[in-house]
Parts: sequence; structure tokens; C-alpha cells
Amino acid sequence: MVEILIMLAAGLAGAAFLLALVRFIRGPSRLDRVVAFDVLTVIAITFIVLAALVENRGIYLDAALVYALLSFLGVISIARYLEGRF
Amino acid sequence: MISKGISGKGRNTAIMFATLMLFWLMLNGKLEADILIVGALVALVIAVLYRDGLSFFTEFRFTPAAFIAGFGYYGYFFKELFKSNIKLAAIVLSPSLPVKPAIVKVRTKLKTRMGRLMLANSITLTPGTLTVEMEGEWLYVHWVRMEADAIEEATARIVSGFESYLEVMYG
Amino acid sequence: MGLILDIIGGLLLVGGASFLLFGGLGLVRMPDIYNRIQAGAKTTTLGTLLTLAGAACLQPAWGWKLLLIGVFLIFTNPVSAQVLANTAHRRGAEKSPLTKIDRLAEDQEGKA
Repeated sequence: MVEILIMLAAGLAGAAFLLALVRFIRGPSRLDRVVAFDVLTVIAITFIVLAALVENRGIYLDAALVYALLSFLGVISIARYLEGRF
Repeated sequence: MISKGISGKGRNTAIMFATLMLFWLMLNGKLEADILIVGALVALVIAVLYRDGLSFFTEFRFTPAAFIAGFGYYGYFFKELFKSNIKLAAIVLSPSLPVKPAIVKVRTKLKTRMGRLMLANSITLTPGTLTVEMEGEWLYVHWVRMEADAIEEATARIVSGFESYLEVMYG
Repeated sequence: MGLILDIIGGLLLVGGASFLLFGGLGLVRMPDIYNRIQAGAKTTTLGTLLTLAGAACLQPAWGWKLLLIGVFLIFTNPVSAQVLANTAHRRGAEKSPLTKIDRLAEDQEGKA
């Protein structure tokens, strides 16, 4: 029962990932791609949590935390770079 | 921020230490002697070295009223976050895509940096609004479906709900 | 009791993932970058928070770490949305023709 719900959640998140990927490829501006990238990374955190549940490994959550931290810093620095502050 | 009793620097260090310890304990998820000792040592060193680096962190008023307002704030926040998602889903799912975007100007009474940051974040996560720029007491907010353009009315609709809580928490 | 909590957790996971899907849909359908940022930031925040809550129901022992990820997301997600919107406006990103009013651009012209 729970396994089915987890798989369903993974399917929905996967569809969301594909839609964000469409925006990432289509652009049109570089900043649109950064916005899509931001959403992609947050969806990836959901995937890591789901993977942790399926494989029953809590250690994956540390990866999710570090991933959240790095993607945040990445998005901020790309945005500032596009603004021409560096 | 002027604090009563404890001196500013000691207060900053203590709050920073407590915050770091809390994060360390949440990250470890268990209370054991060696974890506590290592965490306390590292947190103490960082807190002493960087006590002025994150001074906005300590702008929270540690009064009972502020804690009560904090609970009220988070209750209101999650309610608004949920509402905003439902509204957005409705817009995205309707074939005609009913948007009426605008960037409006609103004003805040909050004075502290942390208060203003929390306000801007709250605005971004609530129904249809996104903070684009902040200049002193003025905020420029992108609105997916504009309801009001005049500063007073836009402020009443966007800012006031959160401001009443944040005013007690941060001032 | 454990079974009920498991089912609640599973449903929270599915609910969170559905919000992510709405966000993805908004990202594709919305007419300009500001509206896309709005769609992205709101739905990913709530979607991920619900997923984390669901995971906490399924594995209560992970609760603290999941809470830490949630707190982190609540603070960083809106900040990155604001930074992106701010950068978009400073770069003069194209606005949807539906946008009637832009007080920020008006005020900046007034100053220049």
C-alpha cells in the first residue's frame, strides 16, 4: 500500500521534473533557464527523500541537506553573475 | 538593537551558540555525551569568532509576547502558503490562464533587517505575490492577479496580515 | 496505529508531489519570467514541505533531520526567488504584454 503511494509520488515528481526540463531547454532567456534549474534542484531533493524511504537509508537525507545548500548558493551566484556584479 | 540587562556582545554570542547547537543536535538526531561535547566546543569557537557577523540573527525579541506572535505567525504563514498553492494550481489548470500581472508598490512599518527579510519572504510565499525589490520602507511586489494599485490598498492586502505579527517579533 | 500513520504519510507524499507537478505546469504555461518564478517558488516550497512531512510520518526517527531540511527550504526558497526576480528586473527582462503597471520601472525612471 505505502509502496504504491511512494511510487505514485515519484511518478508525479518525475512528471514535474520533465515539465521543468521543458522550460530549461526552451529558455528563452538565460534567466528562464536558471529559474527552471532552481525548480529542478528542489524537485531533486524530493527524489532523494523518496529514495531514502524506498531503500530505508537515513544517510541519504544528509545528501539532501547538502544538495539544498549547494543549489541555493549556486542559484544565487548565477543570478548575481548574470547581473554583472562579479 | 538595544538589549536590557545582558550586554549586546554577550547576548549575540549566546544566541549564536544556542542556534548552532540546535542545528548540530537536529543534524545528529541523538543526545550522546561525545556528540554534545564536540558540538559545544565547535559552536563556542564559531560563536565567539563570528558574534557580530550575523547580528540580524539576534534581532528577535525574546519576550513572551514575541513567542506567542511567532506561533501566530507560523500558523498564518502555513495557511497562506496553502491558499497560495491552491490559487496557483487553479490558475495553471484553467485553459484560459487568467493572469493580470502588475508590479505594485507597498510600504512597511518594520524597521529591523530581519523583520523586513521575513516580510519579503512571507510575501513571496503568499497568494500571487513576489517581492522584486526593496528600498528602505518601500517594497515592489509582482502580483499575478492585481487586485489593487493604490499604495494604501495594496499595502492593506499584501503586507498588513504578516506585519502585525512581525512587528511584535522583530519591530 | 502504525498503519494509519503510514497511509497518512503516503498521502502526504502524493499530495506534495502533485503540487510539484502544478509548479512544473506553471513553469511551462506562464507567460513571463516573473509569473514563472511565482509558480516555481510557491509550489516547490509547499510540495517539498509536504513530502518531508510525509517522510517523517513513514520514518519518525528521521524527524529532526527532515525538519532541518524543511526549515532551510522555508528560508532559502523565497530568497532565491527574490534574487532571481530582482536580477530579471535589473536586466530589463521581457514582461508579458498583459502587465499593465510597473511601479518599479516608473520610480527608477523618475530617479534617472
